[in-house]
Amino acid sequence: MLEQGLNNGVLSWEGIRSARDYVEVDWVAIMRDRSIRGKVAAVGIGESTYYKHGQSPDAEFVLVLKAIMRAAKDAGINPKEIDGFASYSNDRSDPSRIAAALGIPDLKFSNMQFGGGGGGVAAAVANGAAAVACGYADCVVVFRALAQGQFRRFGQGAPDPTVSGDTAFLAPYGVMSPAQKYGMRATRFMHEHGVKNDVLRAIAMASYQHAQNNPRAVMHGRPLDEETYDNSRWIVEPINRLYDCCQENDGAAAMIIVSAERAKNLRQKPAYILGAEQGSDHRCGASVLNATNFASSSFATVAPRLYETAGVKPNDIDVLQSYENFTTGVMMAVVEHGFCEPEECNDFFTLKNLSAPSGKVPLNTSGGNLAECYMHGLGLQLEAVRQIRGQSCNQVADAKLAMNIAGPMVTPVSSLIMGSEETL
Amino acid sequence: MSEGYLPAGMPAPIPSADGLDLPYWEGTRKRELMVQRCGDCQNWQWGPEWMCHNCNSFNMKWEQVDGKGIIYSWERPWHPVHPALVQRGRYTVVLVELPHAGNIRMLGNLLGPDDQDVIIGSEVGAVFEPHDGADTPYTLVQWRLSE
Repeated sequence: MLEQGLNNGVLSWEGIRSARDYVEVDWVAIMRDRSIRGKVAAVGIGESTYYKHGQSPDAEFVLVLKAIMRAAKDAGINPKEIDGFASYSNDRSDPSRIAAALGIPDLKFSNMQFGGGGGGVAAAVANGAAAVACGYADCVVVFRALAQGQFRRFGQGAPDPTVSGDTAFLAPYGVMSPAQKYGMRATRFMHEHGVKNDVLRAIAMASYQHAQNNPRAVMHGRPLDEETYDNSRWIVEPINRLYDCCQENDGAAAMIIVSAERAKNLRQKPAYILGAEQGSDHRCGASVLNATNFASSSFATVAPRLYETAGVKPNDIDVLQSYENFTTGVMMAVVEHGFCEPEECNDFFTLKNLSAPSGKVPLNTSGGNLAECYMHGLGLQLEAVRQIRGQSCNQVADAKLAMNIAGPMVTPVSSLIMGSEETL
Repeated sequence: MSEGYLPAGMPAPIPSADGLDLPYWEGTRKRELMVQRCGDCQNWQWGPEWMCHNCNSFNMKWEQVDGKGIIYSWERPWHPVHPALVQRGRYTVVLVELPHAGNIRMLGNLLGPDDQDVIIGSEVGAVFEPHDGADTPYTLVQWRLSE
């Protein structure tokens, strides 16, 4: 084959291409073999009690141990069978400490996703899934423990008297919190596409509405109506009112993934991973807000890759969990995943369209980061699994395909699609 | 006693330890707006980085540019996230595009009334705001609507 690509000893691409045609290599089969599609499944989910920040009686590390124990029980496995860990956003709970606490005999995989905060949720699942698919580990737990009341709250500026690097160009001007760092993207997006703030209200109300059926939700029993939303104070004008912003909580969540073969013999109906992608487009990480595709949520290249891997289209998705750092991020991420065009936002994002069980695209059916718990997005992953199993508090009838979009506007971001057995 | 648009006690910028952005901060002290430009392909670049993102040359130069731009985006924080801002009330932040320097963007406060209308596309000019009383004196670059 290589000889075909050599022309008098010089390697030419034309020659290699013709060699590919000549030698009947099944490139599609090779690519399929490298794909994650259908090779692993989520089989166990668990979470701690979810608290408002500062109200957890348990230390952060206890919260994560409780979440993992519950996920193992849910899956019907012995927690000592866990041999791999994947997390994101510099989680403080070191896998070696967890493995020591659980008495795990053979720790095979300890993975941390670089950067991006909540943008790393689906990436952590992807990394854990990759480890299972290629045999580095057999039983990986994706976890996140975050007790903001015991450490620094995300919504507060750092107390440092001096700042340098990128922060030196932002903090002295009063741009310190995530709401302030990412607000500029949303203002620009809404300006470019004529989007009204009603869109943001619909997203917030969908989360709160769904939380009213979810006893785990911190905002359970605290419904939100239009008037309350409209009268709520600005956090950052003109894009973030109070109810557009995620909560700050104490909690932990865990999700166990194993091979598709193993999943068939466990207690729960498997939620197969059809695709899980991560990354960001051109210069998303440029400092001083100089990302090339600025008025976006960073999914321009990630979303098309996800659909290609999963082999499905936006119209096929039955239920959507999309990380709310802010409702603006949800809006842009949903657009970038092809559910509507930017110019269609005002018509698409209505409470009716976003409501379970029968809306066009039921969104954040657990209450999400806004109203269930800011579990840094992992709670939304667990909800996608529940929807595939048919166990959600806001179940979408016969949900076969569930999408999860991780924290938007940061870099890298990530998203994934799960499916039931019939989607394989 | 504050020397600027925002109250005293805000985080003070200091040049990064590796020297990457030193020419910018030194420039502001002289009321000069310095940005990066590639010495090989002439690509404008902001924020500061060691390599040209266009041609991957390490030959980055610093060039003074006119402090003029247009508002690319804006926001007005109301909720204080820092102790120094608790008594301040809302303040306005703008992201300013510099068309004469490859459309790079710079961030600062928009001087003027706290409730002024902000219109994307408006022309603005840079205003140097020295903080001479700081432990390490520095100068911020603010923006004001052009006449």
